[in-house]
Amino acid sequence: MIFQPTIIALLLASGLGLAMLLAAAPFAVAVIRHWDIRSGAERQLQLERRTYLFSTLLSFVLAVQVIALLLFVFNADRMAALFVGAMCAVGTLNVNAYGFPALILQMAIFFLATVWLVINHVDTRASDYPLVRIKYGLLLALVPVVAASFFVQLQYFLGLKANVITSCCGSLFSEGSQAVSGDLAALPAGPAMIGFYVVLGMAVAAAGYHALTRRGGYLVALASGSALVAALAGILSFLSLYIYEHPHHHCPFCILKPEYNYQGYWLYIPLFAATAAGLAVGALQFFRRVPSLAVVVPATTARLAALAAAGFLMFTAVATLMVLRSNLILFG
Amino acid sequence: MNIWIEQQRALIDFTLASLARRKARNLGLLAVYALLVFVLASVALFSHALRHEATRILADAPELILQRMVAGRHDLIPPGYLEKIGRIRGVQKMEGRLWGYYYDPVIKANYTFMVPTAGGVERGTIVIGTALERVRGLALETGISFRAYSGKLYSFVVADILPRDSELVSADLVLMHEDDFRAFFEFPAGHYTDIALSVANPQEVRNIAAKLAAALPDSRPILREEMLRTYASIFAWREGIILAILSGALLAFAILAWDKAAGLSAEEKREIGILKAIGWETGDVIRMKIWEGVLISLSAFLIGYVAAYLHVFRAGGVLFEPVLKGWAVLYPRFQLTPEIDGLAVATLFFFTVVPYTAAVLVPIWRAATTDPDAVMRS
Repeated sequence: MIFQPTIIALLLASGLGLAMLLAAAPFAVAVIRHWDIRSGAERQLQLERRTYLFSTLLSFVLAVQVIALLLFVFNADRMAALFVGAMCAVGTLNVNAYGFPALILQMAIFFLATVWLVINHVDTRASDYPLVRIKYGLLLALVPVVAASFFVQLQYFLGLKANVITSCCGSLFSEGSQAVSGDLAALPAGPAMIGFYVVLGMAVAAAGYHALTRRGGYLVALASGSALVAALAGILSFLSLYIYEHPHHHCPFCILKPEYNYQGYWLYIPLFAATAAGLAVGALQFFRRVPSLAVVVPATTARLAALAAAGFLMFTAVATLMVLRSNLILFG
Repeated sequence: MNIWIEQQRALIDFTLASLARRKARNLGLLAVYALLVFVLASVALFSHALRHEATRILADAPELILQRMVAGRHDLIPPGYLEKIGRIRGVQKMEGRLWGYYYDPVIKANYTFMVPTAGGVERGTIVIGTALERVRGLALETGISFRAYSGKLYSFVVADILPRDSELVSADLVLMHEDDFRAFFEFPAGHYTDIALSVANPQEVRNIAAKLAAALPDSRPILREEMLRTYASIFAWREGIILAILSGALLAFAILAWDKAAGLSAEEKREIGILKAIGWETGDVIRMKIWEGVLISLSAFLIGYVAAYLHVFRAGGVLFEPVLKGWAVLYPRFQLTPEIDGLAVATLFFFTVVPYTAAVLVPIWRAATTDPDAVMRS
């Protein structure tokens, strides 16, 4: 089922990104081997010139990958109409074994890409490009992930057969399911709710504290990572119930559907943005001792932490509002 | 943050002025770009509107239709079938339908003759669809004769014309009384063309279909959701095929964009040289050039999309109609409901802006890294 407009667009973006990264790889190796900012040699000048090209190119590729995640999820939801048994994105992703890996890889690329973009941003702000080697080293590490994502996506889309009877979210995200999703769905709502608010509160506090005092950067990353897990667990175990006003429907994808006014995007976009910002704060902590970055890194991490705090706060506020406005009564 | 915004504003300002200095060249690129967006957006809007229309129409169709098969071919439902099915839990209503096709040699087209299950058509009269009214030049209270397959001639009086809004489904429709229908086609008494079942709970439909297939092995249940799925994938597939064919145009456009961006005029080179001599950094020049790309892309996207919208919803999509809509002698005339789909816009954006940006990045960089002295000396 490769002749679907959005699938062509996604494959185009993914293939183009991979091609550009592969084109940049030899340059990355050259930078790692020969970069010497103090040298005035011809080769160094060449390298310095080319960094402009490649950092622009990669910013573009990674920015496209970030948007592609949104398109991927949206498309999976839309295509549910084409498969027997599918009612939301889960059904589409379940059509063959490559669906969920494709989504997870796309999400991994999202976080890696944002971290890379932040490091790149900080690096270009310093006069002596102190992170150039690290940056291109990370880039080389990114190539296999993007390649894997492209391959898995291709396999997934090529393997989308309309005659496959797929399973609906009701079976994957039910208390009886044996998978992790089932365990998360089976979390009792009360403790899950407490954990949800405690962990998210901690993430907001850690990020807010860092934004104000510029201390505890690693903690922000740790708290953000845990907040993502807690938030997803919370969506699975109780938030979805409140949104659907149904005590047994745990699906985290149906909330993206038009029937529920696309409410899910209000949750996921702030959540993912905040998590990415929080992780980037942690990644930048490694470089705060670099002399030429002594001013830039704290300023950037403070801003990112403020963004993370705002994102988590918004996520929590939206979630709370959804619980309060719902007609479902879980307790009482 | 404010400084950053001010900086970008100044850059945009400068870029706009610089674009205006080379009007002919940039307008040419803009026109080609907008044309590309127009073509792709027309396809996307048109097929989305068709899909939407199909969904809307099928929303009122019965959930399940049962046909009888003989030697793999559709056959009539014999008497006693309805009773044999009996009561199935979950089925709200079950009724035999009478319909058939009639080939009219006058206009060389097929009509659909049908008996409305609710009745309402008097004997000797017919109710016709608007396409038929148009093609045969019929009006209310006029008579028309059809030669039946048996060779006999039957005359009817047009009692009513179906509303124009329903033309998409009723263009070739002729509604008549059951007795007239049976006499015209010499339809055996007690037989029906097929059986329509309405099911209240959508999750029950598959179970009921399975029960029907088990009770009547010679029958074929057709589900509404299956029809919806077929329509959805057919329209998406047609759209995808057109896009794949148009990808040649996309490639040509990317080459054009590359070429335009790479072929810097001497004047432009001097401009960049001077900018760098007065203190612009390579990064600034790249940023300016990227703003140039963004401005051109957004304008072209907007112009192309609006033009496509007008083309599809005001002009009826004349350019792509034959491929996307299919054709027939009695093709309904219909107005598509204007519908903009976020996913389609995002897809289109990926199709046009991403290749354009990818194509111009290298030339931009090449322009931005030119040495000021080399340029000014030449």
